[in-house]
Amino acid sequence: MILRLALLSLWNRRGTALLTLITIAISVTLLLGVEKLRQDARDGFFSTISGTDLVVGARSGSLPLLLYSVFNIGNPVSNIRWSSYQQIAESDMVDWTIPLTLGDSHRGFRVVGTSDEYFTHFRYGRQQNLSFASGTPFDDLYDVVLGAEVARALGYQLGDKVVVNHGLGRASFSAHEDKPFQVSGILEPTGTPVDRVLLVSLQGYEAMHLDWRAGVRIPGMQITADQARERDLTPREITAFMVGMKSRINTFHLQRSINNFRAEPLQAILPGVALQELWQVLSIAERTLLAVSACVVFAGLTGMLALLLASLNERRRELAVLRAVGAGPGRILFLLLFEAMLLTLLGSLLGVLLLYTLIAGTQNWLALEYGLFLSLEWPGKTQWLLLGAIQIAGIVAGSIPAWRAYRYTLADGLTPRT
Amino acid sequence: MTDTELKPAILIKQLTFAWKRQTPLLSINHFILARGEQLFLQGPSGSGKSTLLNLIGGVLPVKSGELTLHGSNFGKLSQRRRDQFRADHIGVLFQQFNLLPYLSLIDNVILPCRFSSKRAAAATQRSGSPEKEAHRLLQRLQLQEMLKDSPPVAELSIGQQQRVAAARALIGAPELIIADEPTSALDADTRDNFLDLLLSENRENNSSLLFVSHDQSLSHHFDRVVSLNEINQRGAA
Ligand SMILES: Nc1ncnc2c1ncn2[C@@H]1O[C@H](COP(=O)(O)OP(=O)(O)O)[C@@H](O)[C@H]1O
Ligand SMILES: [Mg+2]
Repeated sequence: MILRLALLSLWNRRGTALLTLITIAISVTLLLGVEKLRQDARDGFFSTISGTDLVVGARSGSLPLLLYSVFNIGNPVSNIRWSSYQQIAESDMVDWTIPLTLGDSHRGFRVVGTSDEYFTHFRYGRQQNLSFASGTPFDDLYDVVLGAEVARALGYQLGDKVVVNHGLGRASFSAHEDKPFQVSGILEPTGTPVDRVLLVSLQGYEAMHLDWRAGVRIPGMQITADQARERDLTPREITAFMVGMKSRINTFHLQRSINNFRAEPLQAILPGVALQELWQVLSIAERTLLAVSACVVFAGLTGMLALLLASLNERRRELAVLRAVGAGPGRILFLLLFEAMLLTLLGSLLGVLLLYTLIAGTQNWLALEYGLFLSLEWPGKTQWLLLGAIQIAGIVAGSIPAWRAYRYTLADGLTPRT
Repeated sequence: MTDTELKPAILIKQLTFAWKRQTPLLSINHFILARGEQLFLQGPSGSGKSTLLNLIGGVLPVKSGELTLHGSNFGKLSQRRRDQFRADHIGVLFQQFNLLPYLSLIDNVILPCRFSSKRAAAATQRSGSPEKEAHRLLQRLQLQEMLKDSPPVAELSIGQQQRVAAARALIGAPELIIADEPTSALDADTRDNFLDLLLSENRENNSSLLFVSHDQSLSHHFDRVVSLNEINQRGAA
């Protein structure tokens, strides 16, 4: 009975109630949205690399090594010798390795020299392999495979010619225009930095640099693309390599022996641990964002509180009538609490609905523009916890006007003074 | 002594009441309302009439003295029991704003039946259902045209609203009706008409009526007239 009255009374004030509902809905959308963004960005971040047990490079600190080898950010301080790489790759404990050579670029995207192992062993996300949207891995010396974002942004298709720039600068004038590459394959989008690289073979990388020393063309030396095919194209150096172990148990053992490598100073990092460290740095921003959206929810509930309190004055007569026909103060208390609960619940529901509509609407755009993959899935544990917390906060906020109404009905009795 | 004197509708003995930290407003040695009696309690504005009705209605707690309704020591009941007693046995009429704007005419009238199964049962026994009893009462109170159109209650004139409120107080035939200046917002003609209807319906129910007002000119409608200042020792002092 009292529920029906509460609903009718609220419906009678549907204008202000709707405003409250919208305020709550927007704040809930914001809070859950930020939380979702945080979680999916985190998931995306931790899925940039998986299935790789160690990343090895010159000794420079784990964050720089992670950044330049996995995220294609920053520059390596120095390279590692081919012989060192060979020695480690042939270890009994090692299942596979993926060599990486960096240093050149193409119109702002990095060019990475690697081997076929990249396409068979590199994994991201939930142990997913790379797959081709079209074409094949590189076969010819001058073949290049494009990440999805590179192909999309530059409008490249299979068979197109690509000239690699020497160095990482966007405005580099020293191009390897004498040895153009041909697009042999384009990868499917992964939502990882792989989308933004051009992949060539180590030999192709070496061929480009036969007539170069220390970043400049060797004067008077000119080796054509076809002449290069006759040369020994075994690289002298690579920048880094990824290692897959035969058995995970040996990972620390191998890491230790790489870190103590005799011939040159090397460093091996566990990518999971390094990602964790990097995320710690980033999570300050993440937490700030969450705190800000919690404040928005607070503001939303304060709005509800203000509206409930304001309406209370007009409702003193209504409450006196209910009191006169036999409603006890307890029922009046319940009436107002129920109203706050209902508003919070409906507001949250509306907010969740709004959020999913927003995600569904912007999903593709976010993935394309920012490489951010938002999943349309049922709210997770954190989301439920947040929703629960909002409910409780709503009830707490509602208990203030409820308590005042309770006091009013006791003081007013049957004669509300206004 | 007759039976009505043994168990009167209202019996007050040595009742005192003070609002917070003030000198006592009410101090009533003896007051009685017999069963079926229609009493006019007159007193100037601010003399404590509404406060007394709040005590009798069980909204304010009786802290000192005795208040007995139909033989039950009402003043000593818990708040919850007093609320239920009010729902079951007392019809309340205010000066103004008696109706809930979001309920229909009929729903406003049957509201007490929703809080009291006793009054719902009484209404059903009389007319078949609370709704039918509401119809009957509204007809008796000359609101039959309103029943046809059933406009939002806020669109009724004040005189019509007060008649709807009277129907609400009367439904389920509660033993006691307390009315706090229900005619003060009405003009002279509507007022007399309203009083006639209220009093005759009340008499038909065999209910007692305690009607308070500052307006002495109404007194001729009633069985008995009492001035609050006469029975209130504090007022007399
Ligand atoms: N809720 C209340 N709190 C404090 N004082 C009150 C309250 N209600 C009434 N009073 C005081 O009690 C006195 C009598 O008021 P009331 O019973 O309304 O008189 P009447 O109905 O005869 O005009 C007034 O002086 C008023 O200030
Ligand atoms: Mg009064």
